[in-house]
Formats: sequence, structure tokens, C-alpha cells
Amino acid sequence: MPRLADTPARRELMVDSLGVGVATGAYGASFGAIAVTSGFSVWQTCALSLLVFTGASQFALVGVVASGGAPLSGAVTALMLGSRNTLYGLKVASLLRVRGVRRLVSAQLLIDESTAMTLKPADRRDAPLGFFTTGIAVFVLWNLATAVGALAGDVIGDPATYGLDAAVPAAFLALVWPQLTNLNARMTALAAAALALVLVPSARPGVPVIAAAGVALVSGVLASRRSRPADPARCKTGGER
Amino acid sequence: MWTAVIVSALGCYLLKLAGLSVPSTVLDRPVVRRIADLIPVALLGALVAVQTFSTVQDLTVDARLAGVGAGFVALLLKAPFLVVVAVAAVATALLRLATG
Repeated sequence: MPRLADTPARRELMVDSLGVGVATGAYGASFGAIAVTSGFSVWQTCALSLLVFTGASQFALVGVVASGGAPLSGAVTALMLGSRNTLYGLKVASLLRVRGVRRLVSAQLLIDESTAMTLKPADRRDAPLGFFTTGIAVFVLWNLATAVGALAGDVIGDPATYGLDAAVPAAFLALVWPQLTNLNARMTALAAAALALVLVPSARPGVPVIAAAGVALVSGVLASRRSRPADPARCKTGGER
Repeated sequence: MWTAVIVSALGCYLLKLAGLSVPSTVLDRPVVRRIADLIPVALLGALVAVQTFSTVQDLTVDARLAGVGAGFVALLLKAPFLVVVAVAAVATALLRLATG
């Protein structure tokens, strides 16, 4: 397991990770409420948060069912959104280097938030601390909040009333922020955002965000062509931070 | 309904595991590394845009933009994570309250 908060940087990382857990967890209550009002049982709702555990996919499944779609068609949409975790894994794997049972456990915690907090620390030895603190905090709070929301149901009301629908993109903006330190990363984020918006009206939910990964592909290849790292053993790449 | 729950759960887990299971020899190649660095940036950037401007399959401008804008200003002022999220939620909720 990662060492605990023995330096200021690690303490700050843990506080931020718990903060991400609290903010995301709060949104879990609205997931629970929406799922139950969409026709899922309390058990099914809790099973989704425990087993699927990737917010966007869960909302997509519930959203498709709520709008009258077939549950399996909702599952397909959930998988499309979930496929971005595969892409996150490519980056996170090199920082965690987990094997065996730890890899099996880590995989369940691999989501937007834990990925962002894995990349945040300036010292990459702190990456596992960011990953596990965030992953476990979000997992525990997301599941507790889901259960509360599912049981409370309509009492909570529309999450939009509390501005929670804006809190989610703002949280993602705050998560990507520390990585926007160079021009290449900023251009990549902007181009990806623009491409995704262009695709929203015509593509299935989930497709625009996955398509945006193509921007990273193009941008990464172009950046590599422009500057080949002199020392391939270290190869501190432009996009790293 | 349970079938959909189980298909989603199993599928989403395997997708996560697949990403973590790519051999490190592949990941250590400079081009792959550079792309892997940029993927979270691109995906998170796209998520911000989609969740700010879209409702299912329609593009819309509503109170969310004000909230995310307020969060952006908070980030420029170097506010910590929870403050950014709270500012965005409160700004959006207040604007909705004010405009009914």
C-alpha cells in the first residue's frame, strides 16, 4: 500500500482526494433517486453503483430506461461511455504498475476522478496514493449516497435545483486543470471539447467523448514528430504536465 | 432489467481491466506514452464541454454555463477543488432561482 500522509504534498493530495470523493459522492444521491424513479428497484440501483461504478455509464443506462428505451440498449450506451476507462487505464497502468489481485481490485476503481488524481502529483511516486485515496473515497461515498438517494427517492427532488448538474462539469474542469500547463495540452483539451460538441447532435450518447480521444492520438503523434526526446530512458513528454 | 444491470457491470469492469492490462513494454514507447498522457486531457476536456452544453442529444446554453464559468474563475484564483465545485453549484442554483 502507498505510504500515508508523511509530507505536506502527500497530505494535500489526500485532502484533495477526499474532497473529490465528497463532491462526487453528493452526486451519487441524485443517481440513486433518479434510478428509482426511472423504474429500477433499490437493489438494482445499489448493484449498479457497486458493480458498474462509473457514474456516466450508470446515468446513461438509467437515462435510456427512463426515456422508454430497452434496458439492453441502455447497457450498450453504458458500455460505450465505460470504454473511456480503458483509455485511462493505458496511462494509469504505467504509474501504478499493479499485478495480480491488486490489478483486479484497482480496475474497479479506475474512473475519471481517480485517473485525474493519479496524474496530479508532481512526484510520480505519489501517483498510487492519489489513485487509491480517490478511488476508495469515491467508491465508499458514491455507494452510501446511492443507497440514501434510492431510499429517499422523490424527497430529494431534481438535482438541477441545487446546481449539481453544473457541479459535475466544474469538477471535471478542476480535475483536468493541473494538466493544462503547456500549450500542447491546452490545445488538445480545447480541440477535444470542440469535436465532442460538434458530434453531440448526431452521435449516440458516449460517442462524442470517445471520439475526442482521437484528438489525443493526433496531437500525441504530431508532438512526437516535432521533438524526439534526447534521452529515451527518461522521456519526460510534453503532455505529462 | 437485471440482465441490463449485469451486462453493464461485467462489461464496464472488463473495459477497465483491459486498460490496466496492456503490457508495460508497449506503454514505454515514447509515442504511446505521449498519446497516453494526452488521452485523459482530451477526454476530460470533452466531458466538460458535453456536460456543460448538452441535454441528451441537443446543444443548449443554460444556467450550467454560468456555474462552470464561475468555477473557471475560481480556478484562475487558485481555489481548492471543493470550493470550485461549490461555487459552480451555488452560482447555477442562484441563477435558476433568480430566473425562475
